[in-house]
Amino acid sequence: MTTTATDPPTTPPAPADSARREALGRALRTPVLGPLAALVVAVVIFSVTTDTFATAGNASLVLQQSIVIGTLALGQTLIILTAGIDLANGAIAVLGTLVMAKHVVGGGDPLTALLLGVVATVVLGTVSGVLVTRLGLPPFIVTLGMLTVTFALARLYAESRSYPVGDQLLRFWGQGTTVAGVRLTWGTFLLIGIFAVFWYALSRTAWGRHVYAVGNAPEAARLTGIKTRRTILSVYVAAGALYGLAAWQALGRIPNADPNAYQTANLDSITAVVIGGTSLFGGRGSVVGTLIGTLIVGVLRSGLTQAGIDNLYQDVATGILVIVAVSLDQASRRRAAR
Amino acid sequence: MSERERGRRQSTAAPGPSGGPTPVLEARGLSKSYGHVEAMVDADFDLLPGEVLAVVGDNGAGKSTLIKALSGAVAPDRGEIRLDGERVSFRSPIEARARGIETVYQDLAVAPALDIASNLFLGREIRRSGVLGSVFRMVDAAAMRAEAQHQLDALGVRIPDVRQPVESLSGGQRQSVAVARAAAFGTRLVIMDEPTAALGVRESGMVLDLIRRISARGLPVVLISHNMPQVFDIADRIHVHRLGRRAAVLNPRDHTMNDVVAVMTGAADPESLGGGTPAAREPR
Ligand SMILES: Nc1ncnc2c1ncn2[C@@H]1O[C@H](COP(=O)(O)OP(=O)(O)O)[C@@H](O)[C@H]1O
Ligand SMILES: [Mg+2]
Repeated sequence: MTTTATDPPTTPPAPADSARREALGRALRTPVLGPLAALVVAVVIFSVTTDTFATAGNASLVLQQSIVIGTLALGQTLIILTAGIDLANGAIAVLGTLVMAKHVVGGGDPLTALLLGVVATVVLGTVSGVLVTRLGLPPFIVTLGMLTVTFALARLYAESRSYPVGDQLLRFWGQGTTVAGVRLTWGTFLLIGIFAVFWYALSRTAWGRHVYAVGNAPEAARLTGIKTRRTILSVYVAAGALYGLAAWQALGRIPNADPNAYQTANLDSITAVVIGGTSLFGGRGSVVGTLIGTLIVGVLRSGLTQAGIDNLYQDVATGILVIVAVSLDQASRRRAAR
Repeated sequence: MSERERGRRQSTAAPGPSGGPTPVLEARGLSKSYGHVEAMVDADFDLLPGEVLAVVGDNGAGKSTLIKALSGAVAPDRGEIRLDGERVSFRSPIEARARGIETVYQDLAVAPALDIASNLFLGREIRRSGVLGSVFRMVDAAAMRAEAQHQLDALGVRIPDVRQPVESLSGGQRQSVAVARAAAFGTRLVIMDEPTAALGVRESGMVLDLIRRISARGLPVVLISHNMPQVFDIADRIHVHRLGRRAAVLNPRDHTMNDVVAVMTGAADPESLGGGTPAAREPR
């Protein structure tokens, strides 16, 4: 009865056939397969059409370039799963880098610098969360305001200059090891680690189920006794902590805290989340999809560069992918709502 | 809201000298306003052991508000609620559920994107034993799936795979999942707000069968419905709600559908039908 949508109206399917159709249906409902296929296709195309793409050095570079956006996109995923959005994540991370770097440049202890930076990003994430949950304001508006405020605060705090960082602790995630000719930074391992942690938290704990439920059907979640406001707030706090990590990773990647850096990181992170198959309407998606989405964006940029295509066409390609991803999501939601 | 005035009509339901059974759930003088809208005005309610009580009334009469107050989803402005004769005041649906009151809300309290087993256990997930559960907070997905399947089987709800998302189900199956969840966890009573309103005839029949099976377990059921034939088919007593309060309790064996509709719309005076007493009939 549940497979009627795809059943041919004539002959009833044989048991094996319907089992296969069940499996196919479940696979089609698994949203990471689409993005994964897109990633594989992109990698194959660029490997065939350019001689520089499929090299160890380039693979390493793509990974390194994906780390900061990937971490921001992970926080963004948590928020989007609750049907929210965070326009301020890049600005918050930049403020984090400034707090860390300025403290060290001023002769402070690097560990304290790190803590102060993470505290700053957690506080800012929490402020967004409190405004969303306590005042009931739309996340888009709250985080748009937070973006403006944080960007201005960052410039004020930095006195409109940048802070080069020499300290080894702050630059830690940019260092690494070489495996089979590929240079892997510790930041790459950290990225995989935090994605694994949040994959676990979202898919294997009650908290994760509540995050999905709150995004998918907030009133139903409330009536089943889930503390919806607390769940949503927890997501903004966790995202704030991730933005602190992103700030630390950013100093490893480019050891210079610059108030004007990462100005499109918010949109880039949303792009990675959406291309990874997470629904902007909340309640559907996964961090695995976001990891794949981040890599797709990185591969596209790198591959199109290797192919000698103008930067602006890279933006065109990414933009088209976003629209395709959102249309697919709309279509699948409409099919589900029927 | 004089206590004496109401006392006269409710005397048959009260325990003690008059000898009636203690209501499982009882409410007196519940009121609730949303701004200028008085959704509930001095409403009374009685549910007797083992019965199926239908609650009928026009759209906007305040039925949903009444059952939300009874199940902790809405805090009444005034009035008192008694469970097994004991005064209770639920601050949330969790507190009501902890006392064995399960509710299927009108707006289908399921998350469509989550699978059936997850929905059955939403908000009360089973955790793994040992450190996996206590330190790593891991849920026991296998146990929840097995238990969900067991509950659905026990109620005769045929669903091939509890790992399917609820949105892949038909309307009747979705509603059956919501009802099964209430039946699985309800130890004192189950409340259902228009569970068949969005369903076709065959699917409504499916859900009504489910309600009969729950009732056969001895659990009292409160069923809000618009469908008169359905109400007369399944209910032991009919609570008629009008303008935010209980207008009458009628016995389906002593009254016709026209009587009920007349009280619902205010065309008939409940007293003239002799339907003023809450305990119009002992449950079967
Ligand atoms: N959350 C709410 N906010 C404002 N008004 C409400 C709310 N819930 C119910 N009402 C109003 O209270 C009245 C009773 O509603 P309801 O209990 O849903 O009636 P019924 O279930 O009998 O159709 C209606 O006028 C409705 O508009
Ligand atoms: Mg209603």
